[in-house]
Amino acid sequence: MTEAAAVAAESLAGSKARAARTVLGQVVLPGEELLLPEQEDVEGPGNAGERPLRLNAGVRSRVRVVCGPGLRRCGDRLLVTKCGRLRHKEPSGGSSGGGGVYWVDSQQKRYVPVKGDHVIGIVTAKSGDIFKVDVGGSEPASLSYLAFEGATKRNRPNVQVGDLIYGQFVVANKDMEPEMVCIDSCGRANGMGVIGQDGLLFKVTLGLIRKLLAPNCEILQELGKLYPLEIVFGMNGRIWVKAKTIQQTLILANVLEACEHMTADQRKQIFSRLAES
Amino acid sequence: MRKRLNSWSWRMEGTTQTDAKIRTEYGTDSSSRGPGCSLRHFACEQNLLSRPDGSASFLQGDTSVLAGVYGPAEVKVSKEIFNKATLEVILRPKIGLPGVAEKSRERLIRNTCEAVVLGALHPRTSITIVLQVISDAGSLLACCLNAACMALVDAGVPMQALFCGVTCALDTDGTLMLDPTAKQEKEARAVLTFALDSVEQKLLMSTTKGLFSDAELQQCLAAAQAASQHVFRFYRESLQRRYSKS
Repeated sequence: MTEAAAVAAESLAGSKARAARTVLGQVVLPGEELLLPEQEDVEGPGNAGERPLRLNAGVRSRVRVVCGPGLRRCGDRLLVTKCGRLRHKEPSGGSSGGGGVYWVDSQQKRYVPVKGDHVIGIVTAKSGDIFKVDVGGSEPASLSYLAFEGATKRNRPNVQVGDLIYGQFVVANKDMEPEMVCIDSCGRANGMGVIGQDGLLFKVTLGLIRKLLAPNCEILQELGKLYPLEIVFGMNGRIWVKAKTIQQTLILANVLEACEHMTADQRKQIFSRLAES
Repeated sequence: MRKRLNSWSWRMEGTTQTDAKIRTEYGTDSSSRGPGCSLRHFACEQNLLSRPDGSASFLQGDTSVLAGVYGPAEVKVSKEIFNKATLEVILRPKIGLPGVAEKSRERLIRNTCEAVVLGALHPRTSITIVLQVISDAGSLLACCLNAACMALVDAGVPMQALFCGVTCALDTDGTLMLDPTAKQEKEARAVLTFALDSVEQKLLMSTTKGLFSDAELQQCLAAAQAASQHVFRFYRESLQRRYSKS
């Protein structure tokens, strides 16, 4: 019994909320609580009300923190709900100390629609004036036939069941059916619409897509040097790729699939070997 | 194909390392365990199946369970719940069709998962957990709970805490055994299984079989809470290993 009590006490000390700044880039697990920077120096959240009066107190407390995926507000702390690495981005208006966006970078496969995301969908049904598009979420998204560039009531777009669509979510929340469009706010296609006939579609994890779409991604730059290619990334974990020949397309697809679990050195080796052959 | 094989061999390596580490750290080899108060060695492998959204296999001694999680996915209209996700657990025995014992276990696991999964974030969807028993050498329910938890984490289902299962057995002379083997379970006077959460080690579920006193229940619970620390530490180690390569 005493041993058990000792272990329990140790665990309480161990699971005490850590400061979010100290665990950046580390693996966090569901159930962990994180302290925000402005709470670190007021020694715990308990006496926040008895803070000495300051002239510029209002300025100090105006720190804006945004909870990204995998985090929730729990009182004045952050509660982790997904496993992954904790990430942070400073607010765009200069470093005001402590604010910004926190999120958990997890490696999941299932997509949950998010407003503004660009995704690749497959048309599964045509009913009246909307198409049903499978995007890999919990329910199919709807896509109006008017949401294409140059489409009017008389001039319908040529979309068949089974076609691939590259579009953007305009409505995506947990309570409503997601809705896609293939035009931007100016009514331009801007790269969206039906994806051409050939090419290869395959699925990868959502983490890999985010890695590939990060600014200055070296994998993409290397791929571009290898063969001329056309490539589309959907935030829902789908990649469509097309090169000159089927063989090149397959090589590109295999490299993209494999590069998720490789280190930078291993990647360099693979690319140099491919460049030789 | 080559890539597949590589990643497989790497994972196997990881698993054996885990075995060795746990064994040396706590001295919890099934053959060399002391008078009852230690766990058998565990091993866990995540993301080993390609089709489900999350998968894990969990080994405790010779007991082994494979879990797959699908979700948040489409739900049948008859099972749809308008303000939260529908949780479903399917337990497949090693041989034959699932019977009453499996149904009862499914229910226990489902109730445990419902307590920690934040289903309100994905209303009108289904989260399905499929558990396949690979070998049963005692403490099966605890192993099922552990496998389910690791698979849920792998799938990225939002949870407010992790959970684990611990089984205790009480001998005829009242000695307490943690994580009993099938033989020990058979000879025991009482077998108790608890599910505990990782934040405060609070009880999420308990199921008991046999005769025991009030004090013995408290004693078993305290021992299970102490043992859960080892399981949660193991969870952390194996998840950190999974995310170390990226």
